[in-house]
Amino acid sequence: MRVLVCVKRVPAPGARINITPDGLAVDTAYLAFTTSPHEECAVEEAVQLVERHGGESTVLTLGPAEADEQLRYAASIGVNKAVLLPIDSAEWDPQRTATAITTAIRTLEAADGPFDVILFGNESADAGNFQVGVRVAHALARPIVNGIKGIEVDGDSLKARRESDAGVEVYALTMPVVLGVKEGINLPRYPTLKGRLGSKKIEVGQVVPEAVLGGQQMVSLVQSAEQVSQTIMLGNGPEAAPAVVDLLEELGILK
Amino acid sequence: MTVLVVVEHDRGTLSPATLEALAAARTIDPVVHALTLGSAADILAGELAAHGAAVVHQVHHDLLSDFGPEAWGESVAQAVRALQPDSVLACGTDRGNEVLAQAAARLDLPFVANVISVDVADVWRVTRVRWGGSLLEACTLTAPTKLLTVSHHAFEASESPAAGTTASVTVDLDPVLARTVVAERVEREAGVTLATAPLVVGGGRAVGSAEAFAPLEELAGLLGGVVGCSRAVTNNGWRNHTDQVGQTGTRIAPDLYMACGISGAIQHWVGAMASKKILAINTDPEANMVTKADYAVIGDLHKVVPAITAEIRRRRG
Ligand SMILES: Cc1cc2nc3c(=O)[nH]c(=O)nc-3n(C[C@H](O)[C@H](O)[C@H](O)COP(=O)(O)OP(=O)(O)OC[C@H]3O[C@@H](n4cnc5c(N)ncnc54)[C@H](O)[C@@H]3O)c2cc1C
Ligand SMILES: Cc1cc2nc3c(=O)[nH]c(=O)nc-3n(C[C@H](O)[C@H](O)[C@H](O)COP(=O)(O)OP(=O)(O)OC[C@H]3O[C@@H](n4cnc5c(N)ncnc54)[C@H](O)[C@@H]3O)c2cc1C
Repeated sequence: MRVLVCVKRVPAPGARINITPDGLAVDTAYLAFTTSPHEECAVEEAVQLVERHGGESTVLTLGPAEADEQLRYAASIGVNKAVLLPIDSAEWDPQRTATAITTAIRTLEAADGPFDVILFGNESADAGNFQVGVRVAHALARPIVNGIKGIEVDGDSLKARRESDAGVEVYALTMPVVLGVKEGINLPRYPTLKGRLGSKKIEVGQVVPEAVLGGQQMVSLVQSAEQVSQTIMLGNGPEAAPAVVDLLEELGILK
Repeated sequence: MTVLVVVEHDRGTLSPATLEALAAARTIDPVVHALTLGSAADILAGELAAHGAAVVHQVHHDLLSDFGPEAWGESVAQAVRALQPDSVLACGTDRGNEVLAQAAARLDLPFVANVISVDVADVWRVTRVRWGGSLLEACTLTAPTKLLTVSHHAFEASESPAAGTTASVTVDLDPVLARTVVAERVEREAGVTLATAPLVVGGGRAVGSAEAFAPLEELAGLLGGVVGCSRAVTNNGWRNHTDQVGQTGTRIAPDLYMACGISGAIQHWVGAMASKKILAINTDPEANMVTKADYAVIGDLHKVVPAITAEIRRRRG
């Protein structure tokens, strides 16, 4: 089985997200980088699919040269191959991103054969445009379902589960498929020392992306109004319990 | 026609977020058209009219008897070609975002997800949420038909009676689209869920182990609530991801959220901020959760939580 997983390098903010003075980007001066938890799970799922069914997994990202870090992280937990679509400008809208990824997939498939499963995150952690995977799947004329929290492979077919307000929906698909994955599908492993060392050695392939601008263009980022509240201190330690229970009564929670 | 709202429903049960999308649509044009997919949704025409739908366009097709992202997206795409609206709105829910992304891919149009305001001009200026709500993005949108989903809670649903005349739109769906129609369903058991619970007792990394959640379970149980947690907890395998509150977990909106040993990282906060009141229990008075909360107790959760439980039992006698 050949599995591809697409991830995006994003900053990992703490208590607050700060914006650069020009209002065009998140100020990452003091931030580490990561991928969305959905994508971390997609990477883990790719590794598990290959462990269970044999074959090979590949991780792909469109991003700056530094996104090498996210590719190698994926390799450190067991992904076999990595591909970078290098960009230097930050101005890649979702249509353009999807076109570039589609073209890269065609190039990779022409060289090494089709992917049976292509995994995306349900949405990226930062922009959250909810569409790159859907656009890629449509361009490749493959089925896609988003929000997947369970995958079961049986020969050429595959069952994908997702949660809805009403319960669980099951989709019965035939490979090749594209799936948008959500956190909770698995518990991603941590890299081993051996994995880390191995990931330093893998060769990162490059496909130079080309795609025209889409119709959505960012103008600026704006801080959302911060909720300011005067925190009422109910006390210190277990002695605060009566004050807490008074509050529960006042709020009508304890009747 | 200028604005068309894609109605979200599950086999004829209306998603309440649709009424917010109708309210948003009325800010773009007072004459709103609605689109329902599948005959199960025919019964919704009256309610849609009450919320401002002048015309309800109905699509009937065998492939629309249950949800299927591709069949729904293709139906929206064909309806857009037939009706030529200036803009199409749907709910910023999992399904709404998925269906409009599908339609956008098929129409080769841009699609802006989770919008909170729209400024209609030659080039539209739209504000949308990023990072699950902790950051806003202002963007321009240039397209013959603008496709948008409306962020949940950004617009308030309100009645605004309109004619609700029904009309029919014919679609021609490739049978291959049956491949992504729901094949089986497992209904949820009745009971309070994390998303709807009136009280949530949340535990973070400081709880320390799966077993150490027992006192939180006990307190939540006494008050008819449920236990939630942070991602540090699910990452450690102490609790299932279904209990995770936050950007990549569940959005909660209880009357009270008791956040115990949770630092209040922005990705956790966006899932908790719709709570009516928040009580933080934390050893660190400077923790983000404490400074943002309505109430706080400074102290060790392992001592404070059992003390609260004991005090409740004492008062109940
Ligand atoms: C470092 C960086 C900085 C950026 N800064 C800006 C900016 O300032 N302004 C702006 O308008 N745009 C910027 N972009 C582009 C923009 O944020 C998104 O990448 C683009 O709009 C795609 O949308 P999305 O990430 O929300 O995708 P979604 O549709 O939410 O993503 C769904 C899934 O698609 C996959 N995916 C998404 N992007 C990539 C990728 N690059 N490589 C591989 N897989 C991917 C992931 O699996 C993801 O989970 C930047 C991109 C990068 C990489
Ligand atoms: C893209 C992205 C998405 C994410 N999505 C989510 C999400 O959906 N949900 C989520 O929760 N996180 C999410 N995270 C992770 C998030 O950034 C934090 O890492 C996480 O919320 C931290 O969990 P915590 O507060 O339990 O742990 P910590 O940050 O370690 O906080 C522990 C707290 O416990 C306090 N404490 C210590 N001892 C005690 C004691 N004895 N009694 C009382 N208090 C004590 C400390 O003062 C501290 O405030 C996401 C991260 C990224 C990058």
